[in-house]
Amino acid sequence: MQDQQTDTPLLETRGLTKLFGSLRACDAIDLAIAPGEVHALLGENGAGKSTLVKMLFGVLDPSGGEILWKGQPVRIGSPGEARATGVGMVFQHFSLFEALTVAENIALALDGNVPIDRISEEARRLSLEYGLPLDPSAHVADLSVGERQRIEIVRALLQNPELIILDEPTSVLTPQEADKLFETLAKLKAEGRSVLYISHRLEEVQRICDRATVLRHGKVTGACDPRQETPSSLARMMVGGEVAEISGAGLGEPGEVLIEINKLSAPSRSPFAVALKDIDLSVRAGEVVAIAGVAGNGQSELFDVLSGEDRVGDPDAIRIRGQAVGRKGISERRLMGCGFVPEERHGHAAVTEMPLTANLVLSRHASDRSAFLSGGPLGLINTGAVSTAAKRICEVMDVRKSGEDPAAGSLSGGNLQKFIVGRELDRQPVVLVVNQPTWGVDAGAASRIRQALIDLAKSGSAVVVISQDLDEVFEIASRIAVINEGRLSAPEPAVSMTRERIGLLMGGFHDGTGHAHAEAIDAH
Amino acid sequence: MDMTQAILLTIMTAATPLLLAAIGELVVERSGVLNLGVEGMMIMGAVAAFAIAQLTGSAGLGAIGGLVAGALFSLLFGFLTLTLVANQVATGLALTILGLGLSGMIGEAFIGLPGLKLAAIPIPFLSEIPFIGRLLFNQDPIFYTSIIAVIGVNWFLFKSRAGLRLRAIGDSHTSAHALGVKVVRTRYLAVMFGGACTGLAGAHLSIVYTPQWVENMTAGRGWIALALVVFASWRPSRVLAGAYLFGAVSIGQLHAQALGLGIPSQFLSALPYLATIAVLVIISLNRRMTLINTPASLGKSFVPER
Amino acid sequence: MRIELKKRENMSSLFSILSPFIALGLTLVAGIILFLSLGKDPVSALYSFFIEPLTEVWSLHELAIKAAPLILIAVGLSVCYRSNNWNIGAEGQFIIGAMAGSVLPVVFHGWESPLVLPLMLIFAMIGGAAYAAIPAFLKARLNTNEILTSLMLVYVAQLLLDWTVRGPWRNPEGFNFPETRNFADSAVLPRIIETGKTHWGFGFALIAAIVLWFVMRRTLKGFEITVLGQSARAGRFAGFSDKKMVYFAFLLSGALAGLAGISEVSGAIGQLRPVISPGYGFTAIIVAFLGRLNPLGIVAAGLILALTYLGGEAAQISIGITDKVTRLFQGLLLFFVLGCDTLIHYRIRLVFGAAQKGSAA
Repeated sequence: MQDQQTDTPLLETRGLTKLFGSLRACDAIDLAIAPGEVHALLGENGAGKSTLVKMLFGVLDPSGGEILWKGQPVRIGSPGEARATGVGMVFQHFSLFEALTVAENIALALDGNVPIDRISEEARRLSLEYGLPLDPSAHVADLSVGERQRIEIVRALLQNPELIILDEPTSVLTPQEADKLFETLAKLKAEGRSVLYISHRLEEVQRICDRATVLRHGKVTGACDPRQETPSSLARMMVGGEVAEISGAGLGEPGEVLIEINKLSAPSRSPFAVALKDIDLSVRAGEVVAIAGVAGNGQSELFDVLSGEDRVGDPDAIRIRGQAVGRKGISERRLMGCGFVPEERHGHAAVTEMPLTANLVLSRHASDRSAFLSGGPLGLINTGAVSTAAKRICEVMDVRKSGEDPAAGSLSGGNLQKFIVGRELDRQPVVLVVNQPTWGVDAGAASRIRQALIDLAKSGSAVVVISQDLDEVFEIASRIAVINEGRLSAPEPAVSMTRERIGLLMGGFHDGTGHAHAEAIDAH
Repeated sequence: MDMTQAILLTIMTAATPLLLAAIGELVVERSGVLNLGVEGMMIMGAVAAFAIAQLTGSAGLGAIGGLVAGALFSLLFGFLTLTLVANQVATGLALTILGLGLSGMIGEAFIGLPGLKLAAIPIPFLSEIPFIGRLLFNQDPIFYTSIIAVIGVNWFLFKSRAGLRLRAIGDSHTSAHALGVKVVRTRYLAVMFGGACTGLAGAHLSIVYTPQWVENMTAGRGWIALALVVFASWRPSRVLAGAYLFGAVSIGQLHAQALGLGIPSQFLSALPYLATIAVLVIISLNRRMTLINTPASLGKSFVPER
Repeated sequence: MRIELKKRENMSSLFSILSPFIALGLTLVAGIILFLSLGKDPVSALYSFFIEPLTEVWSLHELAIKAAPLILIAVGLSVCYRSNNWNIGAEGQFIIGAMAGSVLPVVFHGWESPLVLPLMLIFAMIGGAAYAAIPAFLKARLNTNEILTSLMLVYVAQLLLDWTVRGPWRNPEGFNFPETRNFADSAVLPRIIETGKTHWGFGFALIAAIVLWFVMRRTLKGFEITVLGQSARAGRFAGFSDKKMVYFAFLLSGALAGLAGISEVSGAIGQLRPVISPGYGFTAIIVAFLGRLNPLGIVAAGLILALTYLGGEAAQISIGITDKVTRLFQGLLLFFVLGCDTLIHYRIRLVFGAAQKGSAA
């Protein structure tokens, strides 16, 4: 136990509050981080973690309360002041410039006018020292997501911070890369630095964190030692009441093959896209096949090829209910009973500025021609039928919105995602392909969506889920495959899969292959 | 002065306004802003230069006037697109239409008046060098400015920290903003720089090229300058090459007309415009190069999140 | 002092309607300042500009005649701009369409038949569409910037017309003037009513506006146009082809511009000359934006901009202002329209003092 009198916290907040209009994003938050401590900040999406941390880094001004650094009150008015105080931050969404080199990217984050060569050298040295190798002359566009994160971390470390804030760092890493990151954090801790570790992954937090503060709806709902808690007690602090347990996953006998991919290879459509190599997959009625993998390994490319947004040369490469559809477009595949939910809500699955009814027509005008359109070749839109259907979907999926038919952009992430998924489910599709079903969605909506996917499979459809979230994958899948650099592993039953095996598959299939770039760096 | 020298001189005179306008717009586009109002800024520079030269009796003041006019005019574009976040394409078009209209009105009083020509300034010693001395070192100040501008912009963009920040903004204005780079302020400065260069280019037309004011005398050069920036893949050295190539084409067709080759003058006059299309097509053929070199945030609206 | 913008969750329908009027108001204010600085009485100047042309019947006909090509072209442009296809070459498509439509009356001038006029219209639309197909093809196939290509083709079209009228199509009985022979009566677009000069070009304009308004508002095609303009990716997700839309938009607007061209030549001028348009193709861009890319709004906007043309001529006569003021007004109007459109998408706040980060919405 620490002696409370002699140990002043490195960073402390007292009653820290942030208002956006009448919304209390952060409500009287008390937080204390000791020197040399790895402190977790837990909470689900929308709990206020990002807002709190933005105040600590000077991106937002607090509306009330105070921040103390080494016992003295401070005002952190900008990221520059935060850095000068001794706080470094690695955001979840990287601020990187694709067309520039690693060294240039780092230079832009530093204050002052240090020549690029010096920065290059420092960066290379630091990156090796902390086990995060980087080549300063590489262009960011050529780097993997894990390597890009290293740039962000090295950027922060170059300022010699005493407190480093990491926002959801492992969401883009393979289990092995995450292990490497934890080694780096251990080294930082040994140097006497503190880490504020934002996450919603309970297992990790229990592994590496000394203390945890839990946020919910902007308030602190618990401060504890995570190792003394159970995952469900932590979850209860995070989510309040019980989140509905998912039931019925992987039960029942699978039926006929509804969608299959045969030896599909597709070249990359643009210089930064991933080529698909030799993909084999067949999904039967009644099962949920999950495709796990870290972002940037061909998920979108695979989705586009399944949906028909990208057609392939060989019609047999993709078959739906036995019919060769490789050359057919998305409307034809929908007519055969398929539904698709892309990863990006804004500007792909839905048009942000258009109302929900218009977004309903977006994906259903071909498949529901008789219901939503009239007038033959004129294609008049039947606004009455569309409104009725939209209302039905919102009721079934419990979509919270303002007004009768608001713009898609006015809904929260979770509610819009519920609408988008519900839009497809409303048709009882025979095949449903979903890419990242619950990315950025609150726990309540996420569990609802996952249950809906399982229920759809149980009713006899084939469901393909592409997901970066391993927890989700294990929750809903009957079989699991892993996508890595455009290659798909052979799906295995979920019951026999382990996280470790998935991690290995994510990093490449055998020890000899794997990311060539990473190998070259590691060889330094 | 022999025939080759004379022809080269005319090519350089034809190329200078294109070069200036293009290098200015290059900086603007590198910061992620697409300003299609180049034609409008250029004609405003032309009329301002001519008018001020007439009113003050000094072509030098006229040149400065053209530069200032271009910069001020570009501020209108900047205000609409950077502060009010209006659509950049439409606003650029509006700037051109407004410029053509306003310059027509201002210039009406000056039609037909004999113009003042900006005098050449020979550089001591260097202008004595045989052949190239006359070409490179005995020219009007606007020509010197154009060459200095290319060298300066190249150094600025690739060797200075401020230039790195500008390129970063052009790559991703959201990331730049997150890092604390002043996106809107830098873009305003870039837009004004582009306006100044283009205004000076216009001044060159009315006080060096043909010392005269004619309505719509830019004849599409502003648009050609825009095409040049694309053709150059946003790199200053290639802008230089492109501008001189186009200068050669324009002069070539004028000489062909004078030679009375039997080709209708309208066909020859159309050559620069057709060449522009050809050049754009050639560049588009190499899709990979275009994708890599185009500033990724070009033309996108930016509203800082607060 | 700073201006801060905050994106609205839903587009403001109030400002969607108000913004063109605010823009008009601001233009009038600018006009007053302009006239004052020119030493003219602003009230009488504005009167000659905007009211006088509306006071006589013959003048109203002139209004319709000038508005016809503006509306016809702008309606086509609205489809283009809504689908994110920036056709700036309508002026060139106007010219080529006019030339294509004039083949019969100029080259085959001896042939008189009730078929001549309909064929002229069809040829004109095909000609305009074909000329517009060039930038469309370059964009769809090679991803070449359509703004620059369509614009360069305007200069080419103007030069082609100039050469044709002075050369192979010059009127042999015309005393060497650079113009073609006059069109025979069977090749002249008739008037709508006997008592006024307004020709059927105005009728075409209104019909096109109504038809396209209906298409945009109620049909799947209109939905497709809007979606592809807002998000090409979402459009692909919906099964729409953005490449096919490039062709559709350009060919449609090219055809309408061509129709406007032959209507103007055959209905208002009666022959081909080196210059057949006072920049209709460019003014139509302003009309399209002032009408908020809505075909019905474009009818009103077309009439307003036609008014500025007439007003310029009237003001020149009655108060001695140069008619170049017209161009200036038109440019200013577009500027104000674009500025006011911000109000539709964003809430504007004037902020005094130092920046407060993350302050209340």
